Amino acid sequence: MEVISEIRKGSEKMSEENGVIYRISGPVVTAVGITPRMYEVVRVGHEGLMGEVIELHGNQSVIQVYEETSGIKPGEPVVRTGQTLSVQLGPGLLTQIYDGIQRPLEDLEKTMGVFITRGVDADGLDLKKKWEFNATASVGDEVSAGAVIGTVQETETIEHRVMMPPGKGGTIKSIKSGEFDVTQTVCTLDDGTDIAMMQEWPVRTPRPFVRKYAPDVPLITGQRILDFLFPLAKGGTAGIPGPFGSGKTVTQQQLAKWSDAQIVVYIGCGERGNEMTEVLTEFPHLIDPHTGKPLMNRTTMIANTSNMPVAAREASVYTGVTIAEYFRDMGYDVALMADSTSRWAEAMREISSRLEEMPGEEGYPAYLSSRLAEFYERAGRVQTLAGDDGSVSVIGAVSPPGGDISEPVSQGTLRIVKVFWGLDAGLARQRHFPAINWLSSYSLYPQALDQWYRDNIASDYPEIRTEISALLQVEAELQEIVQLVGSDALPIDQQLTLEVARMIREFFLQQNAFHDVDTYSNLKLQYTMARAILSFQDEAKKAIAGGAELESVVNVPARTDIMRGRFESDYEERIAALVSDMGKQIAATMEGN
Amino acid sequence: MSGKEYRTITDVKGPLVFLNKTEPVAYGEIVQLRLTDGSMKNGQVLDTSDDQVIVQVFEGTSSVDRQTGVKFLGDVFRLPVSKDLIGRILDGAGLPRDGGPAIVPDEMADIIGAAINPYSRESPESFIQTGISAIDACTSLVRGQKLPIFSAAGLPHNDIALQIARQAKLVGSDDDFVVVFCAMGITAEEYNFFVHDLERTGALENAVLFVNLADDPAVERLITPRLALTAAEYLAFEHDYHVLVIYTDMTNYCESLRQIGAAREEVPGRRGYPGYMYTDLAMLYERAGLVKGKKGSITQFPILTMPGDDITHPIPDLSGYITEGQIVISRELHQKGIYPPINVLPSLSRLMNAGIGPGKTREDHKSVSDQLYAAYAQGRELRGLVAIVGEDALNERDLQLLKFSDIFENEFLRQSRDEDRSISEGTLDLAWDLLTNIDTKYLVRLDQKWIDKYHPTEKKE
Ligand SMILES: Nc1ncnc2c1ncn2[C@@H]1O[C@H](COP(=O)(O)OP(=O)(O)OP(=O)(O)O)[C@@H](O)[C@H]1O
Ligand SMILES: [Mg+2]
Repeated sequence: MEVISEIRKGSEKMSEENGVIYRISGPVVTAVGITPRMYEVVRVGHEGLMGEVIELHGNQSVIQVYEETSGIKPGEPVVRTGQTLSVQLGPGLLTQIYDGIQRPLEDLEKTMGVFITRGVDADGLDLKKKWEFNATASVGDEVSAGAVIGTVQETETIEHRVMMPPGKGGTIKSIKSGEFDVTQTVCTLDDGTDIAMMQEWPVRTPRPFVRKYAPDVPLITGQRILDFLFPLAKGGTAGIPGPFGSGKTVTQQQLAKWSDAQIVVYIGCGERGNEMTEVLTEFPHLIDPHTGKPLMNRTTMIANTSNMPVAAREASVYTGVTIAEYFRDMGYDVALMADSTSRWAEAMREISSRLEEMPGEEGYPAYLSSRLAEFYERAGRVQTLAGDDGSVSVIGAVSPPGGDISEPVSQGTLRIVKVFWGLDAGLARQRHFPAINWLSSYSLYPQALDQWYRDNIASDYPEIRTEISALLQVEAELQEIVQLVGSDALPIDQQLTLEVARMIREFFLQQNAFHDVDTYSNLKLQYTMARAILSFQDEAKKAIAGGAELESVVNVPARTDIMRGRFESDYEERIAALVSDMGKQIAATMEGN
Repeated sequence: MSGKEYRTITDVKGPLVFLNKTEPVAYGEIVQLRLTDGSMKNGQVLDTSDDQVIVQVFEGTSSVDRQTGVKFLGDVFRLPVSKDLIGRILDGAGLPRDGGPAIVPDEMADIIGAAINPYSRESPESFIQTGISAIDACTSLVRGQKLPIFSAAGLPHNDIALQIARQAKLVGSDDDFVVVFCAMGITAEEYNFFVHDLERTGALENAVLFVNLADDPAVERLITPRLALTAAEYLAFEHDYHVLVIYTDMTNYCESLRQIGAAREEVPGRRGYPGYMYTDLAMLYERAGLVKGKKGSITQFPILTMPGDDITHPIPDLSGYITEGQIVISRELHQKGIYPPINVLPSLSRLMNAGIGPGKTREDHKSVSDQLYAAYAQGRELRGLVAIVGEDALNERDLQLLKFSDIFENEFLRQSRDEDRSISEGTLDLAWDLLTNIDTKYLVRLDQKWIDKYHPTEKKE
């Protein structure tokens, strides 16, 4: 418990100050008699509830409290800690589930039982657990901030790289491999500085790096509509706005499961308790297709559900992104999901209104859009201090009231993110999932990624994508006419286009997250499926020109097999044969005439 | 706490009372007001500082004046709980309304309720058969779920809630549910309807009722559901009951919330409702679920009436963002004379996937449900087109889908108020029968293996 005791020591230093509570209004407490810094952590009331100074106002310090405040009275003590809100970083982060201020929920259960009460401290890392530290730097090495000095096999699949904390550096006087807990010294510098595996970092400050690169590698998600039409780059940003029940959480969970990031940080921010439980129960059993080991090994979760204190909800996003940056600094590709950023914004709004700040649009504080921008700015592909490549990709769900994205959080998000996956209530109602609207969604990354696709998947990958999206555009135009006259009134080639577009929608864009096989398609398969659709179009055109009936062309059995087959596990091996059967069967429809 | 009575009221505004200079008073503390005529009111501290205390008065502030005595009781609001709650009718503040004795408490439970640690929850996955095909097939309910009914004035949401309460059961288990019923601002007539039905079926003996009617104090509605949920938690997690909480009408609850916000001159959110309404509602809805190491469960059925039939109104909207789906009642179907008029398209059960399938309902359930949706959705869309261009412009596929949408409404959705259909023979087999109206080649949502096994005319023995 060294860290907590350090905080206590800090508080002794400042205990000449006689802080007391002046006012309590929900999660916001005003204190007098102390002179803290902005964002300093303080202990509030007899129970020592954790809070953070968010405004200084004459002789008053305004504090947001991370725990329930009922029963607390004016006159109770307030004590400074001298620290800003920080997270503990080191081995032991993975497979954990934390609340918004990095208290492990498992530890809270041990001390509080199944209901979350208050007044309990818990370290973010297990300070007693011993890890096998494997020194990679040697005595006499010149190491600067961010340099990797050793490794720990944190989980079966992830090697934790122990780094020099930012701001520290020098020549190594001694370093040793062996069993250590995270606070023990593993390395000493010439100037006598001791380095342990754990470092702390204030959550509201981005961690340093050398420079940002333009992203040019896709984050592969296995979700066809995302990868093929609206791809996200490693180190990129995406927003998923959508009304309730349209698929934000399912999409985020799909990304957490299948994206080819090495580390996943999943923030459940002001959402449902059961959704976090689902992740907790499912992930240990799901196998990561890239490593063959359980997905839990690469995952850290932050769960500050809708009924947990709002101030901790406000902090949860920062806690999550700081952990993500820490793994990025080791040279990993990290994907961070925040579900939902709207609840985070609402927490800001609630606190702001208690502060009686001048409200901006729809009651949100005037600084809403700058906070959103600062958050997404923490994404990126960077050269780390150690000189490696690392990235944080950020995917934020947005929950607009009434599904109307003209509201401030959606608008603030869309101004920043490079990918917009727009969920559509109408599609969700038809159970077209993922209910991502292919006409309004966009990605600004394809140009930067096309070379990668040509090199790694197929030389004509970008062209195939363009053809598929063009067909969807044409369909939208034709549908307007169909609404007026019915499809039978269209010329036969346009009727065929409608059939092809239907195939794109029902066979390619729709993807069932809950189906063992359909839940993930690799990029090669996606490309093959797209080619299959275009080859149907080509064959059908020829047949129709040769006098075949549209009806019989559309209904050749091999086409149905191609469409249904995607649910079978041997699909990838069979699809080429099915496509060639389809070609023969379509050609045969001509001969019948 | 000092039993001191203060007469320092400076302002009274709507349901709020402002006092000066008191001893330190705790945030959330319970308050008693003694009016000059000797009558009593109850309240709770909303804001407290050295100089001023703001109290929200549950019974409203009429007749409160500067002479009114205010006493702080040194504790937060608690409900006396014991197993004897079962079979009782209490008022909106938790006092007996049935002429019976006061509850002898086993425990005095804080009504705000602490959040369940997400780590300590257990995933809900036991299918509850309601006997209503629309729900069982398309928006399957599971034990521990919170599934609201989105309705509107004049629609039969109460009949549906009662039918669910009567018929709900776990397939292959005879565990009964205890019903906790919570009325917030409903009319005496509606209330009587509920009570009579519960009486008629003998369910009343197995129920706890908390009742705040339309002419009861509006601010009291803010605590009534918290009392009900406190009772539910006690029964579920201390005594292993499976509790079904029905509360109606959430819309009245939200109106009371808005009233308090306005009186505090808070910056309003959308349509005048407080910006924290999402969090406030979550503090109720999230009190559902299953907890590790406890046998009982809480399943919630909040009922709300959508103002102006508008699903984007903040009350249904914020509810939908918290609950695990919704059952949407449709005026259009009601006008067509279909009971239960459940529009399955905007309805949803998010926990359905965990609760259905082999060993739970049937292996083909998911597939059948997806197909019903898709076919019905497309059929309904075609109705609009046919109105413009006539049926002649439709191709064969569209014609079949159009016809299917009517069959679905008339034969699948429609059932009587006491018809209890079993999931397998009653609901899923019926669905297959109706799907024979569409050529299998158009049934692309069905896995071939289920067609081979269940399709009435195309199955391979
Ligand atoms: N890709 C998918 N495949 C199959 N079903 C899906 C898919 N996406 C969404 N769904 C269905 O839609 C339901 C709602 O999705 P989800 O919970 O992700 O909505 P949401 O947008 O997060 O809603 P809220 O804002 O209320 O949290 C799911 O329970 C599931 O039934
Ligand atoms: Mg969600």
